[in-house]
Amino acid sequence: MTNTKDHNLLDTVLLQRKAAQLRGRVVEMSHKARAAHLASCLSACDVLAAAYWHVLNVNPATPDAPERDRFILSKGHAAAALYAALAYRGFLPEEELDSFCQDGGRLAEHPPANLLPGVEAATGSLGHGLPIGVGMAMAGRIRGERFRVFALLSDGENNEGSVWEAAMLASAQRLGNLCVIVDYNKWQATARSNETLELAPLRDKWAAFGWDAREIDGHDIAALAVEMAAVGYEAARPVALIAHTIKGKGVSFMEDDNNWHYRAPTADEVAAAHEELGLV
Amino acid sequence: MRNAFANELTTLGGEDNRVVMLSGDIGNRLFDKFRAKHPDRFFNCGIAEQNMMGVAAGMAMSGLRPIAYTITPFVTTRCLEQIRTDVCYHEAPVTIVAVGAGLAYAGLGPTHHSCEDISFLRSIPNMTVVCPGDEWEVRAALRAAIADDRPCYIRMGKKGEPVVHDSIPADFAIGRALSLRKGRDVCLLSTGNMLPEVLEAADLLEKEGISASVASFHTVKPLDEVYLATAFADHPLIVTVEEHSVIGGFGAAVAEWLIDTGTRSGSLLRIGTPDRFYKLSGEQDFAREQLGLSAQQIAGRIVETRRQKEAS
Repeated sequence: MTNTKDHNLLDTVLLQRKAAQLRGRVVEMSHKARAAHLASCLSACDVLAAAYWHVLNVNPATPDAPERDRFILSKGHAAAALYAALAYRGFLPEEELDSFCQDGGRLAEHPPANLLPGVEAATGSLGHGLPIGVGMAMAGRIRGERFRVFALLSDGENNEGSVWEAAMLASAQRLGNLCVIVDYNKWQATARSNETLELAPLRDKWAAFGWDAREIDGHDIAALAVEMAAVGYEAARPVALIAHTIKGKGVSFMEDDNNWHYRAPTADEVAAAHEELGLV
Repeated sequence: MRNAFANELTTLGGEDNRVVMLSGDIGNRLFDKFRAKHPDRFFNCGIAEQNMMGVAAGMAMSGLRPIAYTITPFVTTRCLEQIRTDVCYHEAPVTIVAVGAGLAYAGLGPTHHSCEDISFLRSIPNMTVVCPGDEWEVRAALRAAIADDRPCYIRMGKKGEPVVHDSIPADFAIGRALSLRKGRDVCLLSTGNMLPEVLEAADLLEKEGISASVASFHTVKPLDEVYLATAFADHPLIVTVEEHSVIGGFGAAVAEWLIDTGTRSGSLLRIGTPDRFYKLSGEQDFAREQLGLSAQQIAGRIVETRRQKEAS
């Protein structure tokens, strides 16, 4: 199992390269499958790269090891980005990514339960990932297993009441082994998130619920890696990283354009995206 | 039933350190013994049942055997999606224990009645639905659910119900009905806390010269198909009795079985609550009387059904 303590040397260039590869791959996957949610995937790629190439104590050879760190993609609609990270990290054959959304494949548009190594929880219905993560973090403490739980939430997901139920229990239980990252890209499916339900001031809300809440640039991959790796077991409060992101990040003509919540790119757009990402 | 549950839970907690108790801010003092013995395995999750069910799933996915407990509508309908997606889709071994099923909390009004939960929960894949008939069956069901390592719903009454068995029934198994009485003319299949009422109805029928079999059909899903086949072969009339809507409940499950298997022998009478909210004040016995679920009314419907059959 990888030990994060051996990774004191933060290789920012490597992490940025991985994030670019994830972005390039999900653009291709969206094109091939005509699948939605591409922009939601792109905003989360830096968090995923930091998690899977610097933070998480996981090993693809032993995906169910009891003391592994858990990463829950609570914003399950970004499944393509999770699949790409799991494949590049060795949990899945890379060529399986070509089966995304294809008939009979394992890579459905939302992550499935008990089907893919490395997928800790089936998600897709918003507001479920964090309660499950709270249960896992409590179980770790009860069983004396020193693992951490990370849950990546969308900003729109903060609309769900169950998120705040979980937030209250996590702070009451002082779950220092739990970390939420909010992919705060300022959009939800059909509108600006803050014009739908008022999230702002989002950091203050999480702080008011008893969390060690910090704002962070969700595309500053080195900062993400450092903050997430610092999550431990002994802290008295769970950590919430309010990660300011841009929906569609990395592809100029998709950035902050919510049409890409549902649109899939053409072949020409894939090529243009790859060029921008430095993958050509 | 709930005291038996709390006592059995305390014993089980000592035998299996995977057992974790989650409560939705009810059971004041009920779990004192469990808490005293296992303080690190009791959690009041607050009045936040959707989260409690997700937490239970996360614990079960991490090797524990959580029990999620609160009043019936709040541990079922309130968090139905979490039960379906977090518990059942993941096949997470969570035991959901509901207190106050059916009309047990009649006096608290329809917000606290639960006459639809069997219908909701039995339609979810991977879910087992158990409705114990008395406190000994509650104890047996809890043990069996923990041992079963799968999602399980246990639907209890509240407290002070008449006791039917003398001890934990030795032959209790999930999916196997318990035969309590053998007769010829009619077979009464009771699920859940209607069992004492059904036994009383059988007594009343005997006085009318009608010989009744009685079974506690504590498991609604999976159904005991072997028992059903025998019951329909051996009796001209089968009667299901439940404190639950006739829509989608135990009787409906038996009716589905009947149609699916093409069983021609015997006929089926389903007794349950009608398709409406019951709004009057008063306690459980009064509500049962109003809705046709008293022993006298059950016996009366059976006598009338037999008369109609003979006339036709």
